Amino acid sequence: MTDQTADLPAVADATPPSSRPRRTFTHSVAFRRSAVLLLLAFLWQSAADWAANPLLLPSFTQTMAALCDAILHEHLLTAIVASLGVLLKGYLIALALAVVLVSLAIANIFLREALLTLTAMFNPLPAIALLPLAMLWFGLGEMSLIFVLVHSVMWPFALATFTGFQSVPEAHRLVGRNYGLTGPRYVAHILIPSALPSIISGLKIGWAFAWRTLIAAELVFGVSSSQGGLGWFIFRNRNELFTDKVFAGLVSVILIGLVVEFGLFRVLENATVRRWGTQG
Amino acid sequence: MKPAPTSSHPGVTVLEARRLTLDYVTETGSVRAVEDVSFTVAKGERLVLLGPSGCGKSTILKAIAGFIRPTEGHVFLEGQAVSKPGPDRLVVFQEFDQLLPWKTVRENVAFPLTVARGKSKGEARRIADQALAKVGLTRALDAYPRELSGGMKQRAAIARALAAAPDVLLMDEPFAALDALTRTALQNDLLDLANDLNFTLVFVTHAIEEAVLLGTRLHLLSAHPGRTLATFDTTRFGRDSVGTPAFRDIVRNINMTLFGGATGAAA
Repeated sequence: MTDQTADLPAVADATPPSSRPRRTFTHSVAFRRSAVLLLLAFLWQSAADWAANPLLLPSFTQTMAALCDAILHEHLLTAIVASLGVLLKGYLIALALAVVLVSLAIANIFLREALLTLTAMFNPLPAIALLPLAMLWFGLGEMSLIFVLVHSVMWPFALATFTGFQSVPEAHRLVGRNYGLTGPRYVAHILIPSALPSIISGLKIGWAFAWRTLIAAELVFGVSSSQGGLGWFIFRNRNELFTDKVFAGLVSVILIGLVVEFGLFRVLENATVRRWGTQG
Repeated sequence: MKPAPTSSHPGVTVLEARRLTLDYVTETGSVRAVEDVSFTVAKGERLVLLGPSGCGKSTILKAIAGFIRPTEGHVFLEGQAVSKPGPDRLVVFQEFDQLLPWKTVRENVAFPLTVARGKSKGEARRIADQALAKVGLTRALDAYPRELSGGMKQRAAIARALAAAPDVLLMDEPFAALDALTRTALQNDLLDLANDLNFTLVFVTHAIEEAVLLGTRLHLLSAHPGRTLATFDTTRFGRDSVGTPAFRDIVRNINMTLFGGATGAAA
């Protein structure tokens, strides 16, 4: 006789979670989203046909034609690349500065107060409101744009990242310390992955602020004297009453926003926080 | 017949707490959690720190782990005074989120092996798979913690601690948040693992039956602050003795010691 069978580790609770039932295309998110976009395009076209005044409201098809024309003959893509280049510079500088700020804030309680106070002061201040001052300091050019971009990205990103580090669960901290992790290894292996939901959310907020700020700033002047950006393209065409091209510019702004949201941030989230189930 | 349970080996002391006094720092000041508590743990022994809430048993475990510094006294591991946390004293916590959610079950177990034990990735993976097989989680190797039940998470956490082969295993009420059936299953599995691997364990709990079942020796603590009340040798009690008169006697005895004769207060 033996009672060993009762000693086997219970595997009854070791069943992996069931996989989701397969979905048909008509139930997919992509289908619903495409349907919404098609409906919007249809409504736009109908409204434009009804208004029958392309100078005020060009139709969807006219706008698409203008978009193709602008890409082929007016270097719209070059303008977009110029805008994105400036944006990327400002964004990366802001991220680097924010990382320094947050590191200091974590290391020292006085600097922590300083970061929180500065964030509270500068977060409600629209970056575009600093443009006149930036133009005074740095003149009409890329430097002024980068200055307002950094301002628009740095504070919200620093705040989100700092909050993320502050809210790392005690259990994760203890596990990391239990393994004897300290300093950079502790930050890299425990704090950053644990705070990643907040960090990604900060990256998204920063991107949205930067993109809006840049387009708004470019409406005032181009990226540089020779090569205007996307905002400048919109402004220039409004002055010449090429309303269809203005719409084409706006559509470009929206499309780039969507591509970054779904092509970049969504992919990043799906590979990390959504997969781990740690998204807030 | 089962092989005789491993009894304590008085010669080989792995861990010693010598005259530990621990203070708990709060916003309003410091509170004495533990006062002048001493004990030793021999190799292969399973010491249970048992007491009501507020007796500082978890605080003692934190001091052994090196998370907090004793106000007075020392913790010695293999004769060396403990000054900071380290992988030679791995902790299984009560919280389910002790598994890192960004790692799969296998990665969670392999992680301390590579990062703290200097094993290669392949070696760590092999040891992790073995440890997970021992706790019955072979089917969940590539699952993320969010996909596991509470019991599976605690199994994985135990496998993670076992895989790194610490000098002493520390457990802080690891089964307290589980339902009764899962808890019983995990208690039995832990006993099997102890008989199989003969690890040294310090286990914190407030459940008397659990303490008698799992421990080879119990260290009873009073509350506010935690002081040593008594010690009990429970080597002879195993799974087969649950519910026997001798088991009920010692549970009653412990209850009297903890609560001064008040009956029916045991958890």
